[in-house]
Amino acid sequence: MELVLLVIGAILVKNILLMKYLGNCPFLGVSKQMETAVGMSMAVVFTMTVASVITWLVSRSILIPFGLEYLRTIAFILVIAALVQFVEIFMKKTLPALYQALGIFLPLITTNCAILGVAIICVDNDYNFVEMVVFAIASAIGFGLALVLFAGIRERFRISRIPQPLQDTAIALITAGLMSLAFLGFKGLA
Amino acid sequence: MRIVKEFTKGFTTQLPPFRLVLGLCPTLAVTTTVENGIGMGMAATFVLVCSNVLISLLRKLIPPKVRIACFIVLIASFVVIVELVMKAFFFQLSQSLGIFIPLIVVNCIILGRAEAFAAKNPVHLSAADGLGVGLGFTLSLAVLGAVREILGAGTFLGHSVFGNSFEPFAFMAQAPGAFVGLGALLFIMNAYDRFRSRVRTA
Repeated sequence: MELVLLVIGAILVKNILLMKYLGNCPFLGVSKQMETAVGMSMAVVFTMTVASVITWLVSRSILIPFGLEYLRTIAFILVIAALVQFVEIFMKKTLPALYQALGIFLPLITTNCAILGVAIICVDNDYNFVEMVVFAIASAIGFGLALVLFAGIRERFRISRIPQPLQDTAIALITAGLMSLAFLGFKGLA
Repeated sequence: MRIVKEFTKGFTTQLPPFRLVLGLCPTLAVTTTVENGIGMGMAATFVLVCSNVLISLLRKLIPPKVRIACFIVLIASFVVIVELVMKAFFFQLSQSLGIFIPLIVVNCIILGRAEAFAAKNPVHLSAADGLGVGLGFTLSLAVLGAVREILGAGTFLGHSVFGNSFEPFAFMAQAPGAFVGLGALLFIMNAYDRFRSRVRTA
């Protein structure tokens, strides 16, 4: 039951993009087309889960036993950067089709604060292994959901007449604000 | 007078996050009050100046192929310094900024300046660039923080602005207000630019 609440909380109530303000650069950067938004979401689901598992293990098995918690930021970002590079090389060799689909988004993910943010939240909240995996997957799904919905709205901008000073980023931010307002309505759920 | 030019461009053509649409997450997240905005801006400025100077000093030593990884490690070291200093001396502020202090590491403005400027330019120019962009970022955060604090809580730096009869817009203090507030400021800036260029041509 608690896990269900955790999932609903992470996807809807505390949506990582719209409520926790993490990962907003790709949110505005790759949301102009549906295809790229879907590709980015898939890449994030994959990387976020793997990165959270590995950083959780690093934190539990290396940083805490040796009293090195203050090195957390450096350790985590290095792990994530190395992981992204590794995943890219591995995918290129073994899953070329998936690499074709996700390839260009993978390097961008290193500087996606959602990945590092979720890893830090998991450690800060002292989640156990199962909770951590569930939370990471649910957060990534929440990211994907918001990104795909947003891309759908932004595709419509191309055929609508937007006042010139509002074009591009300004209207995108205001739309994101309205979406965030809609997500605020889920607050009563969990 | 290149050094002056590199410094002032942080307030004009390169003003983050309006002209350079980078580093949005901290911009949106911490600007519930002016104080948080300025605190975040100062922390980011410190990291930006230090990392720009160091990267510029080491620019001939860092092999180009692994430069991004090197930059990230250098930036992360300064972020850890900021994190520890904030916890020791500004505990209240570090609590309200929370997770966004370690996340300065992945702030695209810092990596962006390292890659676009410090890796190619001498130390004094890189320092000026870092300071200019950093202060520009602080200024933007303070302005957005002021708008959100005045409307969302009816206060400015903790002092009441409108008196007791003012009913605060809870909306502005929450996530939607951050997006709409930033969008509206961007709109005002674009509209102003258009107005100015029209006046100049007329």
